[in-house]
Amino acid sequence: MDLSQAYDAMLGDLAGAFPLVLLAVAGLVIVVWDAFRNNDPLLPYIAGGALAIGLVFEGSQLASEQTTLFYGNIRAGGFAAFINMVLLGGTLLSVVLSVPYLRQIKHAYGEVYALMLFATVGMMALATGNSLIMLFVGLETMSVCLYILVGLVRKDEGSIESAFKYFVLGAFATGFFLYGIALLYGATGTVYLHEMQSGFAQSGATTMFWAGVGLLLVGFFFKVSAVPFHMWTPDAYQGAPTTLTGYMSTTSKAAAFTALILVLYYALPPERWTTVLAVVAVLTMVAGNVLALAQDNVKRMLAYSSIAHGGYILVGLAAGTAAGYSGALYYLLIYSIMNIGAFGVIALLEWDGKIGREQTMESLSGIGTQRPFLGLAMAVFMFSLIGFPPFGGFFGKVAVFGPAIDAGLTWLAVIGLLASVASAGYYLRVVYVFSFKSADERPAEAPATGTGFNVPFSSLAVLSLCVVLLVVVGFIPGLRDVTTHYFIDMAVAAGTL
Amino acid sequence: MDALLVRLIILLPLAGAILTGLVPLFMPGLRKNESLISTIGTLAVAVPFGMVVYLFLTFDGNAFVATFYTWMAAGDLSVDFAYRIDQLSLIMGLVVLGVGTLIHVYSIGYMHGDDGFWKFFSYLNLFIFAMLNLILADNLVVLFLGWEGVGLCSFLLIGFWYTDLKNSAAANKAFIVNRIGDFAFLLAMFLLFRELGGLDFDTLLNGVDTLSSTTVTMAVLLLFLAATGKSAQIPLFVWLPDAMAGPTPVSALIHAATMVTSGLYLLARMSDMVLAAPGVMVLIAIVGALTALVAATIAITQTDIKRVLAYSTVSQLGFMFMAVGVGAFFVAIFHVVTHAFFKALLFLGSGSVIHGMHEVEHDLEHEGHDTSSFDAQDMRTMGNLKAYMPATHITFLIATLAIAGIPLLSGFFSKDEILFMAFQAGYNGMPVAYAVWAVGILTALLTAVYMTRAYVLTFRGEERWPEAPSIAPHESPLSMTLPLWTLAILAIVGGYIGLPGVIADGDWNWIHHYLAQDYGGPVADLADSAGFSLPLALKWLLIAIGGGVAILGVSLAWVAYDREGLAFDDRLRERLGPLYGVWEVKYRLDEVYDAALVNPIRDIMGQGFAKADASVVDGVVNGAARGAAAFGRVLGRIQTGVIQRYAVMMVLGVVIVMALILFV
Repeated sequence: MDLSQAYDAMLGDLAGAFPLVLLAVAGLVIVVWDAFRNNDPLLPYIAGGALAIGLVFEGSQLASEQTTLFYGNIRAGGFAAFINMVLLGGTLLSVVLSVPYLRQIKHAYGEVYALMLFATVGMMALATGNSLIMLFVGLETMSVCLYILVGLVRKDEGSIESAFKYFVLGAFATGFFLYGIALLYGATGTVYLHEMQSGFAQSGATTMFWAGVGLLLVGFFFKVSAVPFHMWTPDAYQGAPTTLTGYMSTTSKAAAFTALILVLYYALPPERWTTVLAVVAVLTMVAGNVLALAQDNVKRMLAYSSIAHGGYILVGLAAGTAAGYSGALYYLLIYSIMNIGAFGVIALLEWDGKIGREQTMESLSGIGTQRPFLGLAMAVFMFSLIGFPPFGGFFGKVAVFGPAIDAGLTWLAVIGLLASVASAGYYLRVVYVFSFKSADERPAEAPATGTGFNVPFSSLAVLSLCVVLLVVVGFIPGLRDVTTHYFIDMAVAAGTL
Repeated sequence: MDALLVRLIILLPLAGAILTGLVPLFMPGLRKNESLISTIGTLAVAVPFGMVVYLFLTFDGNAFVATFYTWMAAGDLSVDFAYRIDQLSLIMGLVVLGVGTLIHVYSIGYMHGDDGFWKFFSYLNLFIFAMLNLILADNLVVLFLGWEGVGLCSFLLIGFWYTDLKNSAAANKAFIVNRIGDFAFLLAMFLLFRELGGLDFDTLLNGVDTLSSTTVTMAVLLLFLAATGKSAQIPLFVWLPDAMAGPTPVSALIHAATMVTSGLYLLARMSDMVLAAPGVMVLIAIVGALTALVAATIAITQTDIKRVLAYSTVSQLGFMFMAVGVGAFFVAIFHVVTHAFFKALLFLGSGSVIHGMHEVEHDLEHEGHDTSSFDAQDMRTMGNLKAYMPATHITFLIATLAIAGIPLLSGFFSKDEILFMAFQAGYNGMPVAYAVWAVGILTALLTAVYMTRAYVLTFRGEERWPEAPSIAPHESPLSMTLPLWTLAILAIVGGYIGLPGVIADGDWNWIHHYLAQDYGGPVADLADSAGFSLPLALKWLLIAIGGGVAILGVSLAWVAYDREGLAFDDRLRERLGPLYGVWEVKYRLDEVYDAALVNPIRDIMGQGFAKADASVVDGVVNGAARGAAAFGRVLGRIQTGVIQRYAVMMVLGVVIVMALILFV
């Protein structure tokens, strides 16, 4: 590596990583600003503006050639632009939903938006990283910010507890992840993803290599809350401020899955790992759905549901084909929309003063008739989460199960379908309780019939956007395949196709 | 340019439906703004009409297909949103949008003050959108989309005043009966896709020769069954008379002029395939003739003015199917066009009458009369309306004479052409066609009789409502009479697009030359491809018979009902005895269906399946759900909240993963 021109080269690459840099700078601006004018209501606008600009920039890069920046550490353009758009878009929606929500729970701190921007920087580094070191840095940047966000409501014992659990277990998982990286470096002599296969072929250190892969996978499984590494998820999701739960359940998962896809695609020979992914996918789908059935708190139910959705995505990954990978990315896009929407609705319906930790589903009986729009939106999100046509969730499931069947994993797809059917049991219960039960059936401690929840216009707009997107996303021609050709192109470039 | 026009033609009515439907739904303040809603709703149809006129005038004879995007692609199946502009779709487009525009204008007056004014216009626009999909589609799937769409709109509009249970029941009946036909349509599509591997019309019609005769017969039979549902033929016509429960503009637009003719359109579009199934064509001719006769006999006995028109529609549709059955598809379309004019006019005229009679009812109520038994649609309470509603009277009379087939009016040309084609088919060696012709002549006589009866009972004689003439109806507003006059002109001149073969040896039959394959159009034709032409004298004789029958029927009924009024119905009943009785109870078809199908099915479902469903199916489902939830609770015990346990679980997971990756 020639480092004599390093300064010029890195300066030149800054433009390519524009959103990454912009978010980091905007985050710093927010921190400084917040120091002088504490909790200024202007801060979310800075964050939102930076995210919107980044989103537009990545949109313009969608069709461009894929390149790597900073000496091959980070990807930009094409595939990277797609996943960055998902991350930036998800963060933007969450920021808009969070502003009125945090004000309502009286925790409208300015640093929240800085932390969200920093976390998003970490996610983008993770999702577009091309070296294991970059992945690790991104993962940790993201995680540290999320630990703080989960524990945002400092006076609430549940919030503190969940943040602490998340932090301890996260550190535990990070240990595995880092050890995996060390072993892989030992076995291949490189940290760059695309050089690993050849490095492995040269060294022939089979056991060390696969042990490294296994530990790396464990780290990823933890981050995407796959069973049995999911134990932190329900507690953390339940204890975090609700809109931030929506944020971390979608974007962080999207980033981790994308990194996993890159590792599978570039770094690993196509053997051995299919079984692991398939087994973990089955465990995740079954346990996630079955546990969700037994929940009485909507937030906790959605936490288990998001575990189950991780399982569906793993099915696409287990297929190990270009269609499977792009299907998984497509699913992540749709999943982000519907989960942010579902948590957004729940955030608007909180009344227990404990960030929704303790209120039961029954306490929201008949809310759909009092608040028809929220009832309708929630119904759309629930049907989409089931995978009911014509909503986006259906097309997402087609996109991950289809390639699995093509790859000969029919049994896995069948289990996935059965799990989806079972999931209708708890998703439809929400629709039933919201829209078909009478408000009189609420328990005594719930707010009386007719007590209005404050529904600000910005939240309505975001939820409407999510609903519309879910209705039309399946019918946007070519969207599902937008990422397919990146994998095929990459395969062609790598000479493996 | 043209592709853009097609896009606009189809999307403008949809935009209108959204603007007049969804926007007022969320902004209730707009609902009462009738001028805004009616302007948007009418323009959303009038502007596309202008565009179709432009396309029609600039059409160079070459069909073109505007493909917008691929709707679905799965395996070998690829369906595009593709629309075909050719002679047939242009004619249908002109009728649908032209009559549609007039009826939108009419509705402004007719629906004035109704709480659901905005909803009504939204549904009407949605209907136009669906109907355009149906007639412009380039493949059966998009056609089916429109087919179902118009069915949905029909359902919504029949049950428009849904607070009356009777109307909801009529809407349900129409929807459910149509299911049978639609199911046949689906089966036809499955069959054709399996055999030909595509569903666009080029693939289908070019592939007819490659199909076995059994396949063609099955496909055409299924398509015909689909058509009997939508176009109200035996055995599925029972829904149409009940469909009159909807607002009268709906009856005019959907249940007379456009939707009910879509079955004919389908068969005309598939004419190449239909011609390859001569056996089914015989069946079509017989069913058409029977339907025409049965409906016409029922119409004679009805006292509800809209029901008379409903049965008349069924009967006229029967005529069109006769034309299809003898292989004269362009004549069927010809009659679709002229029928759209005079039948829409009749319905709108009856709507104007009903509008006036409602006024009478209102005034009577004001005077303290008990109006609970007053029926504004019953001809027995009308009479001498010509004195009060001159415009409605004249236009209704024109339409009556046109449908009766009085020479030189539009109905004469198209009906005569059907009868002529039937006779010619018999002449060319299709024996059943003679019978069809004879039934057609008889039905034409009956048509003249029952339409004249309806006209005389409504507009002539003496006023039969209480307190006449101090309480009297008034002529409808201009927005209602203007469409009447427009349609009246069309009902007079509409027939001249298809002058009969006796004039200039058929060279002036414009619609034939425009549509028929022999002249570069899309519609195949049996008469042109087979046999020879009738002698000129015989042609004149046939025309004389057709015209004579019409004049005879009109004058007989005019004299009888003008002299005796309602009493003549009783004389008919005495004279005809049991025959009249059968007609009066509508051949007991509804009762037969109830006894043979509806009740047994309901009993079986209610007694057997419902119980099995409740105990066995629900039991299994609920049991599975309870089991899963219980399993979840057991599994949930692992989630203790104790972080050390969580870490142990993770270590367990690490062991599993490492074992799988290293040793499997």
